[in-house]
Amino acid sequence: MTIFGVPTQALFGQLLIGLINGAFYAMLSLGLSVIFGLLNIINFTHGAQYMMGAFAAYFVLQWAGLGYWWALLIAPIAVGLTGIVLERTTLKRLYQLDHLYGLLLTFGFALIIQGLFRHQYGSSGLPYPMPRELGGGQNLGFMFLPNYRAWVIVFSLAVCLTTWYVIERTRLGAYLRAATENPALVQAFGINVPRMITLTYGFGVGLAGLAGVLAAPIYQVNPLMGADLIIVVFAVVVIGGLGSIMGSIVTGFGLGVVEGFTKVFYPEASNTVIFVVMVLVLLVRPTGLFGRAS
Amino acid sequence: MATTDQYVVTALPAVAGMSISRVVAFFVMTTALVIAPFFVYPVFLMKALCFALFACAFNLLIGYVGLLSFGHAVFLGSAGYGAAYSAKVWGFAPELAIVFGTGVAAALGVVIGALAIRSKGIYFANITLAFAQMVYFFSLQAAFTGGEDGIQSVPRGTLLGVLNLRQTLILYFVVLAIFLVGFLLIYRAIHSPFGQVLKAIRENEPRAISLGYRAEQYKLLAFVLSATFAGLAGATKALVFQLASLTDVHWTMSGEVVLMTLLGGLGTVFGPVVGAFVVVTLENYLAQLGAWVTIVQGVIFVVCVLTFRRGIVGELGHILRKSL
Repeated sequence: MTIFGVPTQALFGQLLIGLINGAFYAMLSLGLSVIFGLLNIINFTHGAQYMMGAFAAYFVLQWAGLGYWWALLIAPIAVGLTGIVLERTTLKRLYQLDHLYGLLLTFGFALIIQGLFRHQYGSSGLPYPMPRELGGGQNLGFMFLPNYRAWVIVFSLAVCLTTWYVIERTRLGAYLRAATENPALVQAFGINVPRMITLTYGFGVGLAGLAGVLAAPIYQVNPLMGADLIIVVFAVVVIGGLGSIMGSIVTGFGLGVVEGFTKVFYPEASNTVIFVVMVLVLLVRPTGLFGRAS
Repeated sequence: MATTDQYVVTALPAVAGMSISRVVAFFVMTTALVIAPFFVYPVFLMKALCFALFACAFNLLIGYVGLLSFGHAVFLGSAGYGAAYSAKVWGFAPELAIVFGTGVAAALGVVIGALAIRSKGIYFANITLAFAQMVYFFSLQAAFTGGEDGIQSVPRGTLLGVLNLRQTLILYFVVLAIFLVGFLLIYRAIHSPFGQVLKAIRENEPRAISLGYRAEQYKLLAFVLSATFAGLAGATKALVFQLASLTDVHWTMSGEVVLMTLLGGLGTVFGPVVGAFVVVTLENYLAQLGAWVTIVQGVIFVVCVLTFRRGIVGELGHILRKSL
């Protein structure tokens, strides 16, 4: 069976890969968006923190003998805590300055973290086993669906939607959105905004760590796994519009799928298609698909 | 009142040409660079000079328009490919190859600038970075760039049919001349009425627009100028090393030029030159240590941003109470 001259097997296979990539784009750009909303900082360390999540899973297995499910809980918390330390000790000193300094500082941290891991573990990947419960797959008739990949898509979608719900539909989220609009006023109402900023950064970074754990069984654990990915995620964020929660989720998954289909129909462009989409979006809507005017 | 005084003081050199302190600094720099090749390995110096011009071009944008481009490697790298390809495949003379390479960068500057200039701050940084990544992947896949191998053994040839660039010392003084011309042209651009308008736009864009300046055109012109001089650096570098490779288009290179300018001093005239020499020297010593280059670069970024935002030259000028 073929669609547009392409075997359905290949088409759905690439669609699946696209959805997997999209799941990572969505989780990472969601974290970037949350952080940007409150801190006005583009977190360049995000890719390194995603990598740290994968390494945390690896360490938890090697040192404590705890498997994937524990890593899924411990790694994001550990990475989030390192983020909190980073925010408390350095980032918070830059809030009165031009936002570009935040970008430069986090870029510096990304270089340091990636350099240290590369120095210690080299550039080749370390293997991370697939959790036993999620081995194997389902034969859907038109394609073979590995269980673990289905899990990644479903789980990350759940995480994204929960985050959206908390920010857009709960009281805590209302505080957060209010602080994004006018931190001084929210502070005047007796809400501890600096602590909220710290926790928000920790949460966004934790999301990156969580994405790293999800990625470990698929892509192995590699010091540079986040270095190039983060630039694609930046483009995703620009397309979706910085600071828009739902925008990040939708564009993340959407662009993953677009990229997947490009691999089928015009493989040469698969690396650049997201950037081309970005240019087109910028021509039509400079603030991104879901963004408000800055 | 204080701000008006400050404005007059900073505006003066623009009217009167270079201030005394800058003339002295320029003289010291030029003398040092003329003597240097007799004591230091000339190829190393040429590398540093190319990066210094690259950093000056980058500084034109960040220091005077307030726009942080995180994709400036595009212009360095594409000009390198242009110069290398035209010299090797089409047999262009070195001067034509450099002009052609620079032209490629300028053309890319027009296209990318026209799209990126409409945004500011973090958006601008993100968008230029994304463009740079696009050009990187294009260079990786296109046939004429040689992919991972790059364009190797580019002939240096004879400049204007007279100067044999295969002789290292002659090549050195040609590179030095290119650097000095580029440096002075950038200085001239910054300290002209055009540069004053750029600063006005940086400080208060709506006000500049209401005064009748077409801010977008000024910013675009600044962007294209910056791209052109970055291209000049890249084309020269390709001839010096006889190589155009993917390294020069990769985002790490864009990060490096930010580092040089930040370390030397954002918005200072001599800062980018000092920063480039320091960073190139560091890399030279750390090259055997692999990942340590990245770590040290990262540490410099962090230290500069947290405690040393004026940079080396900015700090020096602050102590001497002169703007350098």
